[in-house]
Amino acid sequence: MEKWYLMTIVVLIGLTVRWTVSLNSYSGAGKPPMFGDYEAQRHWQEITFNLPVKQWYFNSSDNNLQYWGLDYPPLTAYHSLLCAYVAKFINPDWIALHTSRGYESQAHKLFMRTTVLIADLLIYIPAVVLYCCCLKDISTKKKIANALCILLYPGLILIDYGHFQYNSVSLGFALWGVLGVSCDWDLLGSLAFCLAINYKQMELYHSLPFFCFLLGKCFKKGLKGKGFVLLVKLACTVVASFVLCWLPFFTEREQTLQVLRRLFPVDRGLFEDKVANIWCSFNVFLKIRDILPRHIQLIMSFCFTFLSLLPACIKLILQPSSKGFKFTLVSCALSFFLFSFQVHEKSILLVSLPVCLVLSEIPFMSTWFLLVSTFSLLPLLLKDELLMPSVVTTMAFFIACVTSFSIFEKTSEEELRLKSFSISVRKYLPCFTFLSRMIQYLFLISVITMVLLTLMTVTLDPPQKLPDLFSVLVCFVSCLNFLFFLVYFNIIIMWDSKSGRNQKKIT
Amino acid sequence: MAALTIAAGTGNWFSALALGVTLLKCLLIPTYHSTDFEVHRNWLAITHSLPISQWYYEATSEWTLDYPPFFAWFEYILSHVAKYFDQEMLNVRNLNYSSSRTLLFQRFSVIFMDVLFVYAVHECCKCIDGKKVGKELTEKPKFILSVLLLWNFGLLIVDHIHFQYNGFLFGLMLLSIARLFQKRHMEGAFLFAVLLHFKHIYLYVAPAYGVYLLRSYCFTANKPDGSIRWNSFSFVRVISLGLVVFLVSALSLGPFLALNQLPQVFSRLFPFKRGLCHAYWAPNFWALYNALDKVLSVIGLKLKFLDPNNIPKASMTSGLVQQFQHTVLPSVTPLATLICTLIAILPSIFCLWFKPQGPRGFLRCLTLCALSSFMFGWHVHEKAILLAVLPMSLLSVQKAGDASIFLILTTTGHYSLFPLLFTAPELPIKILLMLLFTIYSISSLKTLFRQSFTVVTQAGVQWH
Repeated sequence: MEKWYLMTIVVLIGLTVRWTVSLNSYSGAGKPPMFGDYEAQRHWQEITFNLPVKQWYFNSSDNNLQYWGLDYPPLTAYHSLLCAYVAKFINPDWIALHTSRGYESQAHKLFMRTTVLIADLLIYIPAVVLYCCCLKDISTKKKIANALCILLYPGLILIDYGHFQYNSVSLGFALWGVLGVSCDWDLLGSLAFCLAINYKQMELYHSLPFFCFLLGKCFKKGLKGKGFVLLVKLACTVVASFVLCWLPFFTEREQTLQVLRRLFPVDRGLFEDKVANIWCSFNVFLKIRDILPRHIQLIMSFCFTFLSLLPACIKLILQPSSKGFKFTLVSCALSFFLFSFQVHEKSILLVSLPVCLVLSEIPFMSTWFLLVSTFSLLPLLLKDELLMPSVVTTMAFFIACVTSFSIFEKTSEEELRLKSFSISVRKYLPCFTFLSRMIQYLFLISVITMVLLTLMTVTLDPPQKLPDLFSVLVCFVSCLNFLFFLVYFNIIIMWDSKSGRNQKKIT
Repeated sequence: MAALTIAAGTGNWFSALALGVTLLKCLLIPTYHSTDFEVHRNWLAITHSLPISQWYYEATSEWTLDYPPFFAWFEYILSHVAKYFDQEMLNVRNLNYSSSRTLLFQRFSVIFMDVLFVYAVHECCKCIDGKKVGKELTEKPKFILSVLLLWNFGLLIVDHIHFQYNGFLFGLMLLSIARLFQKRHMEGAFLFAVLLHFKHIYLYVAPAYGVYLLRSYCFTANKPDGSIRWNSFSFVRVISLGLVVFLVSALSLGPFLALNQLPQVFSRLFPFKRGLCHAYWAPNFWALYNALDKVLSVIGLKLKFLDPNNIPKASMTSGLVQQFQHTVLPSVTPLATLICTLIAILPSIFCLWFKPQGPRGFLRCLTLCALSSFMFGWHVHEKAILLAVLPMSLLSVQKAGDASIFLILTTTGHYSLFPLLFTAPELPIKILLMLLFTIYSISSLKTLFRQSFTVVTQAGVQWH
C-alpha cells in the first residue's frame, strides 16, 4: 500500500481519538470560584485582548494576578491574543473584561477545543509525520506504525484535549527543533526550539541537550573554521528569536524582570501538590519542604539535577550523534523532572516526547515508560473525570504498540541496547546473565501494581487519617519507575560505544 | 486484561481490529444520542414493569413497541441487568430519563452485543478464499473485509452515536449468510427466521432467502446445463425448512396469538399510517418523486394551471411524520410501492431461480433485494441503506467490478447518513470517520485489484 494513504489514515485516527476525548469534561468544569486550566486559558484571552501589552504581566485592578495571572512566556500570550480575536468575532461575551469570568457554555467549549485541535494540526502532527518519514533503516510499514503509536500516546491527548492545555504547541516546536538539528538544518532547528522555549519555559528541560549537541557539532567541525562560524550563526539565531518574541517587554528593565518573576516563581517552594518526583516522594518520610529553608532547597535541587545529567551531556559534546542526542533529551528531561524545583506532574510530557522519538529503537522500554507516564497523571485525570477516556486511550496505545512492534519479542539484551553494559558487568560478575529476565519481571510487577492502584483509587475510599493516600502511592510508585528509567537511559548513553552503533540493526 | 494478553501473545490482527474498534466505540459514549435512546429506555421499562399482555398496548410514551416479540424479550433480558445500574430507568412514567448511569448502561449494552457482529465477521472471513494476491497482511482480502465490516462508518454512527442495536442484528444476518456459504442451510434458515422476529425490516431480503433455499437446497441436483431438475425435489428438506420457520414464528408470536393480540401486534409492526417518506427523506425514488411533484406544483402555480385553494397546506418537508397527498403527480399508496418493489426485484429473483450460481449468486440477489426495497419501499429510513452496504462488502473483496460498485454505494450511502448527526460537536467526528472509511476502502480495494487487473488484462481475458 502506498505510504501516503496509510499515513493519512493514521492521522485521521489520531484526530478522531483527540476529538472524542475532547467531548469529555475539562479541568475545573463547573467548579467556581477558581475553576481550572480551561478558565485560565480563557482568562488569558480576556487579558491579552482587553489590556495593553505593558499590563499583561503586572498586577492591577483590571488584571488580578492571583486569579490565573499569566505565567508563561510571551508566545503563549500572543497565541491567546490570536484566539481572542477569533472569539471576539464569534461571541464577544466570551472575553469581555471582568464579566466573562467563569464563562461556561457548550459553544464556548466547542470553540476552545477547536483552538487546541487547530494548533495541534498545524504544529505537532506535521512534525510527528515528518519525523516518522525521516527515520532511517526501517520499513515503510514500521514508520507508519511508529506514527500511529506516537499519535496515540495517551498522556498528551488527555492533558491537551481533556484537562485542557496547549502542550502540543510547545512540544511540536521542540520536535521541529529536533528534526532540524538531526537533519543538519541547525539554524532552523534552533529557531524552532527557541520558539518552543518562548511558548512554555518548561522546555528549558530540553535546552541542555540542544546546547550540548550543537556545541559538539561545532567542535567536530573545528573551532578554528566552520565550527566557529556555525557557533556564531547559532548564537545570532537564538538571540534574534528571543529579541523578536520579547520585543514589547525589552523596552523597560522592570517589564523584563516582572515577566521573569512570573515565569520562575521561586517563592512557591520545592514542589506543589503531588508530583512523581524525588522531593515529593522523599517528603513522605522526611518533611524536607518544611524543614529546610527556601534557598537550601533551591541549591539542593540544582545540584542534584545537574549532577545527574552531567555525564550524558558531556558525552554528547564529545560524541555528537543524532541517536545520542535523542537519548540525552530523555535523560536530561527525566533528571529535571525528578530533581528540579517546582515541577508539575504535567511536566512528564516533556520526558514522554523524547521517549516517543526512540520508540522505534527500544520499543519495549519506551512503551513501558509511556504507560507509566500516563499512570503518573492518574490523580489529575480522576479529578477531571477523565477515567473512561484514560483507560480507553491507554489500552488503545498498548494494543497499537504491541501489534506494531511485537514488543514482547524484543526483550533480549541486544534489543534493549544493554549488551555492552552487561558484557562489562560480566567481567566482574560472570553470573550476570539474568538482566533480560529481570527486566521482564520488573515490567510485570510494574504493570500489575499500576492496574491494582488504579482499581483501588477508583473503587475504594481512602482512610480518614490519610485522605491523600492513593495520590501519594501513585506518585511514589511512578517515582520508583522513573528512577529505574533514569538509570537505564543513562546506562544506554554511557555504554553506547562506536562498536555498538556499527552492529547490524535489528528491526 | 485476558483479551489483551491473548492479542499480545498471538499478535492476532483480527483481535487487534476488533479491540481497536471496541475502544473507539467506548470513546463515543459521551456523544449526542437521538430519540432512539429514549425509545429503547422506554422499551426496557415496558418489558420490565408490565405483563406481556400490555407490551403492545402500552402507550404512555409516544415511542410504542414496534419491533417483533424477540426484540421485546431481548429488552426484557437487558432490563434485568439494567436494574443494577439505575432502577429509575425502568419506570414507564420516567419519560426522557437519561442519567449518566442509564447512558453508560445503554451504550455498553450496544457495545457488548456487537460481540455477535464480530463473531459473524470472523465467520464471513472464513468464506472468503484467500487468493494469492499479495503476501502483505494488509493486502489480503480477509483483512480488508474485516476492516470494511468491523469499522463500517454507517454502523458506527448509527449504532454508537445515534443509538440503535443494528450491530448484533447485522451479525445475525451475516452469520446466516456465512452459514449458507458453508452449506449449512438449515442453520442459515434458522438464523434468518430468528432475525426476522427481532426486526422485521429484514423482510426486505426475505425473497432472496426464500427463492435461494427453495431452488438450491430443496432441489438437490441440477441438470448438466444448470437448469432445474424437477425430480430432485426433496420433500424432507422443504418440510424441515418449513418446520424451522414455523417453530421460530410460533415461539415468537405464539404468546400473542394465545392472547388474541395478533392484529394489534401487526398494526404496531406495520404502521402504514406513517406516510410515504420518513421525517428525513431517505434518498430513494420517492424522494425524487416528491421533489418532482413539488417542482411541478410550483411551476403549475406560476403558470396558473393550478388553483392555489386546492393545494394541501401540509408540507412533506416539514419534518413531521404523516400521510398526505401529492399535488400534481398521482398519490402513492402502500400497494403501489409494493408493486414497484416487486417489479424491481423480479430480474434478480428470476436469475436466482433459473441460473443459480451458488451462494455468491444468492448474496448478489440479497443485495439487490435490499437496494430495491430501499428505493421503492414505504416509509424507508435512510439507515436502511446499511442493509445493502454490509452484504455488498462481502462481494467487493472478491471481484473488481463489485468493488467499484461497492465504493459508489458505500460512499454515497454513508454520506446520506450525515443528516442523522446534526449537532456541532459531532461534526468533526462524522467528517473524520467518513474520510477514514472512504480513504481506506478506496485505497485498499484499489490495491487489492490492481495486481489482478494487470495480470488479467495482460492475459487478454475479459473479466466482468
